[in-house]
Amino acid sequence: MTDDFDDLKSTMNAAAPAPDAARRQANLARAQKNFDSLQGSTQQARPTSENRATALLTGVKTMLKTLTSRGGLTATTALVACGFLFLTPVGQDFRRKPAPILGASELEDSRNLDAEIATAPDGTTTALNNGVMASAEIAFEFADTRASNGFVQHELGFGLGALAAPMPFSADTANMAIANTDSFANATANAVKIAADEPVSTFSIDVDTVSYSIVRSHLNAGSLPPSDAVRVEELINYFPYDYAGPAAGQGPFRPTVSVMPTPWNADTQLVHIAIQGEKPAIDDRPPLNLVFLIDTSGSMAQPDKLPLLKQSFRLMLDNLSPQDQVAIVEYAGSAGEVLTPTAASDRTTILQAINSLGAGGSTNGQGGLEQAYAVAEGMAADGDVSRVILATDGDFNVGLNDPDALKDFIADKRDSGTYLSVLGFGRGNLDDATMQALAQNGNGQAAYIDDLSEAQKVLVDQLSGALFPIANDVKIQVEFNPATVAEYRLIGYETRSLRREDFNNDAVDAGELGAGHSVTAIYEVTPVGSAAILSDPLRYGTSDTVEGSVELGFLKLRFKAPGKSQSQLIETPISADLTITSEAQFAAAIAGFGQLLRGSDYLGDWAYDDAITLANAHRGDDAFGYRTQAVQLMRLAQSLSEE
Amino acid sequence: MRMTTTDEDLATQAACGDGAAFGVLLDRHYDRLFAFCFRLTGSRAEAEDLTQDICTALPTKLRSYQGRARVTTWLYRVAVNAAHDRRRKQATYARATSGWGTWEIGRVADIAEDADKSDWLTNAMGTLTDDLRDTLALILDDATHAQAAEVLGVSEGTISWRISEAKKRLKAHRKQEDTQ
Repeated sequence: MTDDFDDLKSTMNAAAPAPDAARRQANLARAQKNFDSLQGSTQQARPTSENRATALLTGVKTMLKTLTSRGGLTATTALVACGFLFLTPVGQDFRRKPAPILGASELEDSRNLDAEIATAPDGTTTALNNGVMASAEIAFEFADTRASNGFVQHELGFGLGALAAPMPFSADTANMAIANTDSFANATANAVKIAADEPVSTFSIDVDTVSYSIVRSHLNAGSLPPSDAVRVEELINYFPYDYAGPAAGQGPFRPTVSVMPTPWNADTQLVHIAIQGEKPAIDDRPPLNLVFLIDTSGSMAQPDKLPLLKQSFRLMLDNLSPQDQVAIVEYAGSAGEVLTPTAASDRTTILQAINSLGAGGSTNGQGGLEQAYAVAEGMAADGDVSRVILATDGDFNVGLNDPDALKDFIADKRDSGTYLSVLGFGRGNLDDATMQALAQNGNGQAAYIDDLSEAQKVLVDQLSGALFPIANDVKIQVEFNPATVAEYRLIGYETRSLRREDFNNDAVDAGELGAGHSVTAIYEVTPVGSAAILSDPLRYGTSDTVEGSVELGFLKLRFKAPGKSQSQLIETPISADLTITSEAQFAAAIAGFGQLLRGSDYLGDWAYDDAITLANAHRGDDAFGYRTQAVQLMRLAQSLSEE
Repeated sequence: MRMTTTDEDLATQAACGDGAAFGVLLDRHYDRLFAFCFRLTGSRAEAEDLTQDICTALPTKLRSYQGRARVTTWLYRVAVNAAHDRRRKQATYARATSGWGTWEIGRVADIAEDADKSDWLTNAMGTLTDDLRDTLALILDDATHAQAAEVLGVSEGTISWRISEAKKRLKAHRKQEDTQ
């Protein structure tokens, strides 16, 4: 490696040509001439501020006379633009707020632009070139956005489009802004399977909560969420449940299976599988190495993005212990380390670094990730838990031509023991699919922070679950007994399904369980002989039923202890006895709610008011008020669906 | 007499309007500036143009010189900014060439000229992103990490990271070349 570097250095030294003598003389003369003419304008400019514009004009004339090169051409155009900047109200606006609107790499320069104008207000060619180029590029950005999306949002218009030299001034340019490009990851809802044909169902656990926050944010904004934004299992797993945890020494988590009547169908049953992770031992937890990887691209400037992120991290900081380490890497056009690894007790330094973050530039997610992982690896010591926390509005629009390459990169880093969590912020730019893919591949979880109370839930109330993994690659496999179960359907987990053979394959990645997390999965099963069986028996098929067993099925769980590559197996039969618990009933209410939002075919005439009644009846303690909020959202959805 | 005056004093005098001081200062640094521009661009033609841009703008730039930084550091910063401007200018012009017929012809000629000179060096530099290239150019010019950090407005940690990243990519480039 050093060889290459020295190689380059010597090549560079050998190759560096002597400057052309004639050009040298010409350049020196040109510089001197500019210097002299500038002195003239300075003297004119000094007496009053009013004269500054005249001096500027003199400068323009002198430059026009002396410069004929293309540099000169640019410079003069730039000076006109400069006049525009300083002498018109719109121009003044441009100077004040350049950052939020610029979408691409010129962001960094626009900051320079502001700074340079502030220090050398009489018009410098380079600084002004920035102005021209920045505005010209804005024109391109806007033209693109407009052409491809066809509609615009209003809250971001700063009137900057009007500055772009090639575009005529018009009222609607002021309203142009980035279009809503939210995209969501989901798959078609799981279909009913015939137990005799396909007795085995396999999937990975999912502790993400993004979907619930997105649903909430849509409903609060007065619209029903797009059905693809609803992942039912994420709605269910948003809530903490009071499931029985493992006894000491009984493994990291405890599965509980119960069977209950289906609220929306009297002829079927729900198989409710609950996994409760062990509660975290707060006092003797291992030290944490946290690398915040913060997206500071231009799109993050909105109040519900970077400013909310800063507040959220302040909340979180109070919950770290003194031996924890925090580092901050920001990424915009380029990646940079804002805060070198610092002890969490050094609050002042960390808070200063957080406050110094400003949005500007385009997004280069991969460059930032590479650096964040490098920092995390540098911090790691034995027994520490290292985690990269990526905070973004989900937009990886530069330097990532190949999402698969990014996934591979993260999957590769996952094996090094560093975890990745993804926090989504803001609306309008959210690339839910990329966030999901990153968190799933990076041994982490994705959460969507839409307000400060959500930040409180994710980063304070459930901090330990979010940061301390207790089981990796948790997979669930259920084998149904065709003698008792005719048909079954897994509710949710569409994006988490695994192939049957993947269950025993330790190389296949799956979801992680954090300290104190609970995970719920619900099957709707139709018993043999029920009136609700959807598929007719085959006329020519075999009808040999397994006699003897009354179990509904057999549950198998695989997981790896953190840092281990060999999985462990937990097995338990699913008894047909009905047990109704309040926690399971609430989960069923949320499952029904999620299916209503998705427009499921399986609910009959069960509707929002049924979901509300059921959820209200099983709210339990609800210490944090999450369940109460869910009922409010159901009511909102009910009103909105009746419109 | 003048030759013994420090860069910083010359710059301060020039900022106050002393034309002779400005001349001496620029004459003293011209060759080094040109060499640095060559490192930034990797091509002689580009370096000549970039140096011209800098010289043209330097008188106005000098007014913002407040004697706080060393002249060399300050010049590095001016040069890096000018190189950024040039790159962006080229990107923008490339997208709007329809209105700039003569410029386009010139650009095509430049490219042809550059292509003739393509060698290991330009290839190697071409594999780097602008950030990495700027950083590498500074370090190759014997700037310290601290100085490079000051010029580019990033932390020293970032400079170290970028250098290791640049080395990694150069190594990959070398490997690729060897297999060809």
